[in-house]
Amino acid sequence: MSVVAIKPYPVLPRDGVDKFHGAQLLYIGWEDHLMFCAPLAFPFPPQMRFGDVVEQVLPGSYGVHPDWAKIDWSAVQWFKSGQPWTPDFNKSLADNGLKHKDVLRFRTPGLTGIAGSFS
Amino acid sequence: MDMKANKKLGLKERYAAMTRGLDWETSYQPMDEVYPYDKFEGIKIHDWDKWEDPFRLTMDAYWKYQAEKERKLYAILDAFNQNNGHLGVTDARYINALKLFMTGVSPLEYMAHRGFAHVGRQFRGAGARVACQMQSLDEIRHAQTQIHSLSNYNKYYNGLHDWRHMHDRVWYLSVPKSFFEDAYTAGPFEFMVAIGFSFEYVLTNLLFVPFVSGAAYNGDMGAMAFGFSAQSDEARHMTLGLEMIKFMLEQDPDNLPIVQRWIDKWTWRGVRMLTLVAMMMDYTLPKRVMSWKEAWEVYFEEAGGALFKDLARYGITVPKCVEQANADKDHLSHQAWATFYQYGAAADFHTWMPEPDELDWLSQKYPDTFDKYYRPRFEYWAKEAKEGRRFYNKSLPMLCQCCQIPMLFTEPGDPTKICYRESDFQGEKYHFCSDHCKDIFDHEPEKYVHAWMPVHQIYQGNCFEPDADPTKEGFDPLGEVLRYYHLNVGRDNFDFEGSEDQKNFAAWRKQTTTNT
Repeated sequence: MSVVAIKPYPVLPRDGVDKFHGAQLLYIGWEDHLMFCAPLAFPFPPQMRFGDVVEQVLPGSYGVHPDWAKIDWSAVQWFKSGQPWTPDFNKSLADNGLKHKDVLRFRTPGLTGIAGSFS
Repeated sequence: MDMKANKKLGLKERYAAMTRGLDWETSYQPMDEVYPYDKFEGIKIHDWDKWEDPFRLTMDAYWKYQAEKERKLYAILDAFNQNNGHLGVTDARYINALKLFMTGVSPLEYMAHRGFAHVGRQFRGAGARVACQMQSLDEIRHAQTQIHSLSNYNKYYNGLHDWRHMHDRVWYLSVPKSFFEDAYTAGPFEFMVAIGFSFEYVLTNLLFVPFVSGAAYNGDMGAMAFGFSAQSDEARHMTLGLEMIKFMLEQDPDNLPIVQRWIDKWTWRGVRMLTLVAMMMDYTLPKRVMSWKEAWEVYFEEAGGALFKDLARYGITVPKCVEQANADKDHLSHQAWATFYQYGAAADFHTWMPEPDELDWLSQKYPDTFDKYYRPRFEYWAKEAKEGRRFYNKSLPMLCQCCQIPMLFTEPGDPTKICYRESDFQGEKYHFCSDHCKDIFDHEPEKYVHAWMPVHQIYQGNCFEPDADPTKEGFDPLGEVLRYYHLNVGRDNFDFEGSEDQKNFAAWRKQTTTNT
């Protein structure tokens, strides 16, 4: 469908990748850990190594959770737009096929948050 | 010679003269150019004279009635202020509900005033124009009485100092702001369904009745006075919105699918915005009048159910979002409070973890969900705070492209999973919190790609003051965003525990009860 308007309606998306000064948005959510109320939004350069996101950035966001230190990264399951997905930690975001405004989720099997409440 | 006086017109005759007798078909200009906005939405009206204003108010009657209410309201406010009524509220935590109200709701009253002034010019039928003009006056009165009532609190407490500036900038205020902008950038008929119907029925009913009762219950005669003064108008507003819906449906069968889609859309938009009110009810009223869930059952499920039954004879069906909205009542307030608690560094009001007896109250009111999903989280946070590690989320959240609320809502039927939905439009991805927000976007994507999403705007560098220099060493982006919000860091934000509001309230109240 298209917008109901009284005259021609220009479409000027406000969040195109050209507006982020060389970065692209990546959304990341930690499954079963709703102590973090919503997935997080990050602006990253597309050349950034995927492993650096996990090793350098996410600890600053998620490290306060008691489950964070217990994560077995070899067992982590990744999802992109809800579909199973396998990242290459040594490749860049772009080479992992990640585009502007992609959404990733990771599940850490065996870890179910504060007192098993999925928090 | 005897003077022959004409008999004074009765109210009904005066109303007829004003809404029919003074109107005419233009001849110098075609009517379509005089009223350019009332056809493009596809609504077909054949006879505006069939419009029946359920109140038939004339200007003099309106003036007299409202003046009476103003006199009462300001007398109560004066007495409340002169007696330091703010020290009589149950607990200084309560004042944070007023901060949310001032920044989030009062600017909407003003926007409603503008919206109704606009549609009060655009309808071809004089009866509808007059009714909308009266509502436009009501709405500016509501904005003014709220500002006047709350200005007294601004003399003593933090966070109320720049509500108008904040409304256009602060992240969570884009939720109410974008709701209203969506409505008044639509055509006049959609505006009437959005505000006249959905906003009045879904939102103000729950805000002005149970929440304002809560204000009274917590000793706030100021908020109670403006709330009840506004509510007596809201009843008229609801009737006007409903009359417009019935009028459209009676005028042409082709109007039904359009009206149904608007009802579906705006019921959901209203439900999402109630997230803020849910948390005000369950968390910011120290003395509780009823739980959010109970308020929802009385004012939405029962009252709204009766309303949809009434509309069924016109062919209107209950919006499919209602099922999810009813299920969400067990989660909404807890998920919202958890969000504000963790992003409390970037809000102009204080947050806190409920006291143990309050947790018990929540467990009792939400027996199926609170202990299982929320209490462990809250007790953990309380313990962390006690040990000096008060939890703040330091990364910005992903937002829904439609309602602009952080993606905090869980899958219908599974409160352990965040609900993710997405759409592609012209090569770009857009994300949503629910099927219903996605449906709204998918119907008019061209509109919602223009959303001013606070998190994206921050990352684009558009939320800094003009003198901010991101290239300078030690540049603190989040601190700079708070400066752009006009938020006084350390006074307006962070936990209630240890706040200036908490200390001042305790000290002032002590002065009123002791000699030291």
